[in-house]
Amino acid sequence: MLKFIARRILALPLVLLGVSFFLFLLASNLPPETRAALYVKDAKQLSSLNEVIDKYDLNAPVLIQYSRWLGKIIKGDLGYSESAGMPVTEAIKSYFPATAQLAVLTIFLVLFFGLTFGIFSAIYKGRFLDKLLRLISLSGFSLPLFVLGLLLLMVFYGKYHLFAPGEYSLSADLIIHGPGFKNYTGFSLIDALLNLNFYVFFDVLNHLILPALTLCFGSFALQMQVMRSSLIEELSKDYITAARARGLSEVRVILNHALRNALIPALTLASIQFIRLLGGTVIVETVFDYNGLGRFGVECARQLDIAGILGFSLVVAFLFVLGNLAADILYRVCDPRIRLK
Amino acid sequence: MNILKQLLQNKTSLTGFIFILLFALTALLAPVVAKPQNKQDSYKMPQASYEIEPMPPSQTHLFGTTENQYDLYYGLIWGTRLAFKVSITVVFFAVIIGILIGGLAGYKGGIIDEILMRFTDIIFAVPSMVLAMVIATLLGRGMLNMLLALTVVAWPSYARLIRGEVLKIKELDFVASSRAMGGGGLHIFFKHILPNTLNPLIVMAGLDMGYIVLTASSLSFLGLGVPAGTADWGQLVALSRNWILGTYGNPFEYWYTLIFPGGALVLFVLSWNLLGDGLRDILDPKTHLR
Repeated sequence: MLKFIARRILALPLVLLGVSFFLFLLASNLPPETRAALYVKDAKQLSSLNEVIDKYDLNAPVLIQYSRWLGKIIKGDLGYSESAGMPVTEAIKSYFPATAQLAVLTIFLVLFFGLTFGIFSAIYKGRFLDKLLRLISLSGFSLPLFVLGLLLLMVFYGKYHLFAPGEYSLSADLIIHGPGFKNYTGFSLIDALLNLNFYVFFDVLNHLILPALTLCFGSFALQMQVMRSSLIEELSKDYITAARARGLSEVRVILNHALRNALIPALTLASIQFIRLLGGTVIVETVFDYNGLGRFGVECARQLDIAGILGFSLVVAFLFVLGNLAADILYRVCDPRIRLK
Repeated sequence: MNILKQLLQNKTSLTGFIFILLFALTALLAPVVAKPQNKQDSYKMPQASYEIEPMPPSQTHLFGTTENQYDLYYGLIWGTRLAFKVSITVVFFAVIIGILIGGLAGYKGGIIDEILMRFTDIIFAVPSMVLAMVIATLLGRGMLNMLLALTVVAWPSYARLIRGEVLKIKELDFVASSRAMGGGGLHIFFKHILPNTLNPLIVMAGLDMGYIVLTASSLSFLGLGVPAGTADWGQLVALSRNWILGTYGNPFEYWYTLIFPGGALVLFVLSWNLLGDGLRDILDPKTHLR
């Protein structure tokens, strides 16, 4: 078990190394003027492009350039993002809290809808409710999130003037960046609570609801399927028959016995989904003008901000690989049958 | 033919199948039902005028026009053709590359297997949407580069699938007997192993058709896919972004700018999902027992 975990953790930097090389190779097609931003710390240095190109030898063979760049990113220096107007590391730090808040709210919604729908679908397997819920989950796989997001905006913002796009409203923005509001954590929800400013708190929450619902719609279907099939499997086992034979009520059999075991795969999936959400969701954040990591990535791509693109994809890849690793380990810890193999 | 018969007996896969047929018919007849005005590039949407505000459905514009007066009817019809062009091209090349790389890895094993599979790990380490976005951006915006980006993202799943199947099948007795009769490596692979991997391959390709169009239109929605003015559902949805609010007293004034292209995309993806699910039940029942 320990050996397995150690091997997987050791493989993680290797995969990331491969990702960084692959992306750098692709980027090396671009002219050296565009790539200069990978090596500088502020906009001032970019004004003397030729110096940067000479200093970092941007016409050298790819491998030499790569090793130089690698040396920088290992130290946490990802270059200067022209679209954000600050170093990439700083930009990622400043956009991360917004995405994290969205991820937390989304995963709660995913768990709520995914688990309830999955449980009911399993209990009423093959009957009308099951078929209906499975149809809803199929639409979750098929509905493009940007279409759903715009549709929700059309109805809830256009018609009912609820839930505006953006991260918070203009008036909340003035308070957050005004005097008297202390930024303790960078997470606007937590900061609003710490400042005891409930106006800002509810304003931020208000702006979170539609993007979170949209994201939830894209993720709950898988959660539901996993919950459904794992509960069906548990319910067919001998200990459930034994519990029923002892005269326990069906509610207790499901809640106290089957669900406990059936929840393991569902919760494991939720932890992967959460880590993936932390990497930002390019589509949904763009639809709702939500200033998170994903929108930063799209902005970088649109403006060919090379340092931003590479930095963003490396962070996303890191979280993604971490999520997969966490899942592998969790499955083994939770399920003794896999552990034995 | 037996497969087709079974597909048509199942209500859900039949629905998917009928819709895909309708889409395919639209795509084939596009030059007839929506005559291209730009002879060099039929995918370029005609503009009715240089006004910005969309126009509602009318006699001359069956589905109305969207921002910049692009005709929605033309955009939907040629968008269907583009959707097939994108999905067929990408799935075709992804399957070929997947068969070659996955087959080589599974059949040869050892160090070749190790190297090839570590390469798929790299692709799998980045979410496919983000990776497609990054590749399309770094290569430069355009149709060809978008197809390339989508293929790079799509092939590793096929390679893994084929590798797994080949590993299983090459241990079976009929392969050993063919080898005993003096069959060469290539003969065994293409004659005996590959045909037996086809079922899961077809299922995966069917489910992928819709998914690839979804990713492609997401790229276009972000402004990172096909060039501006191309008949692409994702781009048409992006053009509706400024018009979701409508005017005072008439909040859904510009509904057609979103509902038509969005609806076409949803229907296309859903149809392939329905058909793919049906195919899976028939061809690969092990994975879908419950």
